[in-house]
Amino acid sequence: MSAAIPTQGRPVRALPAGVPAIEAVDVSRTYELDGVSVSALRGVSLTIAPGEYAAVIGPSGSGKSTLMHLLGGLDRPTGGRLVIGGRDVATLGAPELAALRNETIGFVFQAFHLLPRTSAVDNVALPLVYRGIGARQRRERAAAMLGRVGLGHRLDHRPNQLSGGEQQRVAIARALVTDPAVLLADEPTGNLDTATGEAVLELLERLNAESGVALVMVTHDQEVAARARRRIAVRDGLIRSDTAHDRPLSDGSGGPATLDGAPSAEPRSASGSGPGHPSGGSGGAAGATGRLPRQAPGGVA
Amino acid sequence: MRITEAWRVALDALRANRLRSALTMLGVIIGVASVVLLVAIGTGTKQKVEQQVEGLGSNLLLVVPGRIEVGTAPVVSPLDLKDVDAVSRVVGDPGRVAITIASGATVRAGTRSDFTTVQGVLETTPAVFTRSLARGRYLTGADVDTSRRVAVLGASVARALFPDRDPLGQQLALAGVRFRVIGVFAPLGQSLGVDRDDEVHIPVTAAQRLWGTQRIDGIAVKAPDREQIDELGERIVAELSRRHPDTEFSAVTQQQILGVLGDILGVLTGVLAAIAGISLLVGGVGVSNIMLVSVRERTREIGLRKAVGARPRDIGVQFLLEAVLLTSLGGLTGMALGVGTALLVDAVSPIPAAITWWSLALAFGVSAAVGIVFGVVPAQRAGRLDPVVALRAE
Repeated sequence: MSAAIPTQGRPVRALPAGVPAIEAVDVSRTYELDGVSVSALRGVSLTIAPGEYAAVIGPSGSGKSTLMHLLGGLDRPTGGRLVIGGRDVATLGAPELAALRNETIGFVFQAFHLLPRTSAVDNVALPLVYRGIGARQRRERAAAMLGRVGLGHRLDHRPNQLSGGEQQRVAIARALVTDPAVLLADEPTGNLDTATGEAVLELLERLNAESGVALVMVTHDQEVAARARRRIAVRDGLIRSDTAHDRPLSDGSGGPATLDGAPSAEPRSASGSGPGHPSGGSGGAAGATGRLPRQAPGGVA
Repeated sequence: MRITEAWRVALDALRANRLRSALTMLGVIIGVASVVLLVAIGTGTKQKVEQQVEGLGSNLLLVVPGRIEVGTAPVVSPLDLKDVDAVSRVVGDPGRVAITIASGATVRAGTRSDFTTVQGVLETTPAVFTRSLARGRYLTGADVDTSRRVAVLGASVARALFPDRDPLGQQLALAGVRFRVIGVFAPLGQSLGVDRDDEVHIPVTAAQRLWGTQRIDGIAVKAPDREQIDELGERIVAELSRRHPDTEFSAVTQQQILGVLGDILGVLTGVLAAIAGISLLVGGVGVSNIMLVSVRERTREIGLRKAVGARPRDIGVQFLLEAVLLTSLGGLTGMALGVGTALLVDAVSPIPAAITWWSLALAFGVSAAVGIVFGVVPAQRAGRLDPVVALRAE
């Protein structure tokens, strides 16, 4: 199935060589709630390289969702510098930021966020609407993208006619139809059962390997995080560790211990020159092997 | 986002909530329909009244005692037939001078009776007021001079008294005095709800004897041409003032009557339209309300659209178009309903209604404008939503 695809997958779009897809320098985010300042992020620096596969992990309230919103340009930092797709977010107005999201970022949400009463192909084509692309071309590109996620036969189904896994695939297709540099997935398997979630993860990993889109996955699930080649652990609004692994961890329970023990002094260097993986072919294979041991917890649950 | 796309999205949103859209539109439909209908009735009434005033005959000058002004009390007329002779001398042609003395009275014929307006007149009335007869003849100078008891009936009176007989030559009783029917007027129809065929003309001399008076109510003069009409009026008023120094007289032309009536009916139409406009306003508030609900309901959709690249403006335009579509569709439906009702009213009721293009354009324009005005706030609210907050909404 994947052999037929490479023509579709452009390499990371429009970014000059060596430019990170996303770069955050000492980024903080403070909310004002009834006059009380709450710091969700307290100075985070990290770089997402083109094509890499990173997991952002942390307990709820750690600031990982805030981080994802910032990385995706949905929110603005209250301090520090945030550069997405080579553009400093602070210099952009709301319309420019929207255009930047459209061009550079693809979002996959836990709750799918598909438009009801709208066919799969129209859902996938939605980002192209805001790019001013004509209806016919939109449909062609959306249909091709649905083919790539294995839903070529479900183009005109509505979300309520699709299973949860299929809905998330539609959402993934929508995230990738614009050829973004970064795919931000926020708990993409959170609403799915184990087997379906597994299939969705495989799909994300495959697309990451094939098309060279950087995959940043926010999760509180250690097992899911363990599959990524880079794990960024967030707690109390700070990056506790940022570690790269040539191979995914084979043992899910070992993950958190390793992460916490890893040196966190230089998160930026770990990412910047770290193992960006534009050559995804072997990584995908590694992901496949690393997956096997985790059948056990799924079976217990 | 392309504008056609925005229209499609707006239409889809309305379709998704058919009942709610329809109910919201109903407010606008009723508002627009009532504007169209009431303006049509106002316009139709005005046109008809103008027609009828013009139908009185051109270059008409009415001379009455007192002032023709709102708020002045009616004055007892001091005029009598000698004054009419004096006016005729001023005019130079007695054939151009008509008079009236009118009173409500019951007329009887056999077992039938009808309460109507009896007018004592000169033989000049048909020439001055451009009246035509359906049957028989009008009064003659001899009839007036000899106080002959003859009568010319309006069409309604003729129908009421002689439904199954030819009225000509029949007798009727006026306050116990017998009159012979010598003619029947051609029908005039209704004016402002008044039946203009509900009248009986008898010689002024007979009327004066009947009612025991020497006075007459007013004088009407048909001027030879429009240019002389004002000057003639002044001369007549001057002559009458000389003869009756204690009384003020007024001369009004048809144009002045038309102007006054036009003003009154114009105000009436405006008031009606304003009342209907209030219901349109209420409909607009309903649209605003529903749009706010729609924005709240679709907060997550807004968040998602923003996440995939919708600019604040794209979202704002989408919701604004939804509101405009709602009111425009309501406006079109309301226009159709208003026109239909107006045509129906005009056809089956005595109330005249005339559709004017400007009222349709105005109603549609106002309804679309209502959509914009009442859609702007919800649309702005939608456009400004924080995508992070919007995506989290339930």
